[in-house]
Amino acid sequence: MPVRPSSSNLRSGNGVIEGGVASRAADQHAAVDVHTVRIDIPGPLRSYTRQATRVTVALPARNLTLGRALTALEHAHPGIRFRIIDEQNRLRPHIQIFVNAAVERNLEAQLSPGVQIMIVAALSGG
Amino acid sequence: MIDAPPTGTPDARTAANNVRLLIATRKGLWTLESDPARQTWKLAGPQFLGHIVHHAMVDSRTRRTMLAAARTGHLGPTIFRSTDLGATWQEATQPPAFGLGSGRTVDHTFWLTPGHASQPGVWYAGTSPQGLFRSEDDGATWSGVAGFNSHPQRKAWCGGDQDGTPDGPKLHSILIDPRDPHHMYIGMSSGGVFESIDAGGEWRPLNRGVRADFLPEPTPEFGHDPHCVRLANGNPDRLYQQNHCGIYRLDRPGTQWRDIGAGMPQTVGAIGFPLVTHFHDPETLWVFPMDGSDVWPRVSPGGEPAVYRSRDGGTTWQRQREGMPPTQAWWTVKRQAMTVDRFPTAGVYFGTTSGEVWGSRDEGGTWKCLSAHLPQIYAVETA
Repeated sequence: MPVRPSSSNLRSGNGVIEGGVASRAADQHAAVDVHTVRIDIPGPLRSYTRQATRVTVALPARNLTLGRALTALEHAHPGIRFRIIDEQNRLRPHIQIFVNAAVERNLEAQLSPGVQIMIVAALSGG
Repeated sequence: MIDAPPTGTPDARTAANNVRLLIATRKGLWTLESDPARQTWKLAGPQFLGHIVHHAMVDSRTRRTMLAAARTGHLGPTIFRSTDLGATWQEATQPPAFGLGSGRTVDHTFWLTPGHASQPGVWYAGTSPQGLFRSEDDGATWSGVAGFNSHPQRKAWCGGDQDGTPDGPKLHSILIDPRDPHHMYIGMSSGGVFESIDAGGEWRPLNRGVRADFLPEPTPEFGHDPHCVRLANGNPDRLYQQNHCGIYRLDRPGTQWRDIGAGMPQTVGAIGFPLVTHFHDPETLWVFPMDGSDVWPRVSPGGEPAVYRSRDGGTTWQRQREGMPPTQAWWTVKRQAMTVDRFPTAGVYFGTTSGEVWGSRDEGGTWKCLSAHLPQIYAVETA
């Protein structure tokens, strides 16, 4: 099976990973208001998260968008974003993103503090 | 490989002389391996189970690096790399992707070609839709070849990204002149054959003499559908082409393709996808004809599969089917799913979309099923 590039993330147990580049950056700028975002990872993408089912990323609260949250996810788990979003910054077909249980395909969509994101890779075909 | 003088310990020598086939399928990658006798084959795999593997190639320069072009039905395309002949794999950190703002998206990487012998680490990739990419670090990062991807005539040559074959339009058959790393050919379905003499900076169509009878103008400058283009080993001035509209050969510096499918039996026709050339004889090639009548069933004509071999550059053809099922075998062989090994007496191999691998160790004289029950086979390459 593929070996993913190593990550500096710290595993907190129960398949959940916390931290990442964004949170380290936040540590260096303590004055910046920081929010955390929980992202549920579908099975086909867990090879990028060391099989973690949920990842928490922290990023500046200002202009907190879905796209920025996914960029923070990429920093923490290199390679994962390109499997979700193509080179024209469009969600790939058969990928669905839920923000607090509502479908969201706009990467510019603003996120509220404590938001939960679920990425779904819709299985289809034979 | 097998033609080099044996070196190392007996075990290492045996392993080095073994023949390996990379079987890329709709559901992952398998390998078949045999000692030089090529009588007993061992199947191993799968790797990348669940991924569509469009192509897997060994670097013919080092015999160590392997690349596999993969995607799944719902995730984007990528390339996996191995530097230990497939024991471990790493994902490319920057897979082939069109530029932001181009509006184009790589659906999958379809074709992989190691670069020129004088350029270690260089690889080329062809994508669907048609795009040409280059890596200079053994496939870790890829950049678009702007001379093609941004060429002002590209859209005219290729049509829209929605045009082309049912599985998406493709850039394939990336051929590097062994005498000159700047001299390249590509094939596109659709688009035709194109040539560059400056390492991809500029391109010109090379389709004179090739029919495109599905177009209003049957002999256009471009817009053809070459299914597979190969350089003749030992004579890089000779190209062969299995096209949507027949089989052709081109002798450079000429620019007029010659129809060599005319010698095929009319009941069989000259339609198919793969074409392979002998590693030691530029006059010997093989094709796998398929039914191109009516609605293009693309299966063995009449359900009677056969390979056709030419020993004289396509002037005459011999039907080769000993060992294959005589009837009711409706095989489809994709353009990358046929290959040859490097033995002086060539082994010839092909994989079917019904998941069977067939091989001959006597240049097509007799055939044997090497493996069955695999997923749909997309590509077979010799490692």
